[in-house]
Amino acid sequence: MMLAAAGVAVLVAMGLAMVRAFLGPTVYDRILAVNSFGTKTVLLITLLGAMAGRADYFDLALLYALINFIATIALMRYAGSGELSREEGEDA
Amino acid sequence: MSLAEGVAGLLLISGSVLLVVAGVGIVRFPHFYTRLHAAGVIDTLAAGLFLAGIGVLFGATLGTVKLLMIFVFLLFTSPTACHALARSAWLAGLREPAATIENAEDSKSAGEPR
Repeated sequence: MMLAAAGVAVLVAMGLAMVRAFLGPTVYDRILAVNSFGTKTVLLITLLGAMAGRADYFDLALLYALINFIATIALMRYAGSGELSREEGEDA
Repeated sequence: MSLAEGVAGLLLISGSVLLVVAGVGIVRFPHFYTRLHAAGVIDTLAAGLFLAGIGVLFGATLGTVKLLMIFVFLLFTSPTACHALARSAWLAGLREPAATIENAEDSKSAGEPR
């Protein structure tokens, strides 16, 4: 029951983050919203694992957290310079 | 309801409240850096509360170790991502308008980087 209530709260927060992702106005607002959305997805997956009573879901959540971080950094690089590769030693 | 479930419920409810507050902050704050403050600061704590609550439910099992790993990872990456985002926006020329009452109305349209 409390897991379901927490899940509803996470979904509401995800919806609010999506509102910001659509409104913008700058590309950094959108990246922030998508990063926040990803963190909440991790929490939602762990909640699903707790509802199912299975610890397997936590592996998926950990993997999602890894991908979310890499994706945020990649999006920022792409938004800043328009390219994903960069010379060695050059400051971001 | 056992003691573990009560503690877990308390942690989960606290995390839920924080998450919704952060969401409202992301939508309603006037400028990018204020929104970054709302999202970046609260997300780590809310995630910690959630994972602690579920860890209490699972007790001393392998699942709790996995939850601890997720929490340590989020603890490092979430502030890092926020810092990188703020730095990237600052270097791109995004500036916050002066924080006065007169500027509060039109701050939504000010400071576009390009």
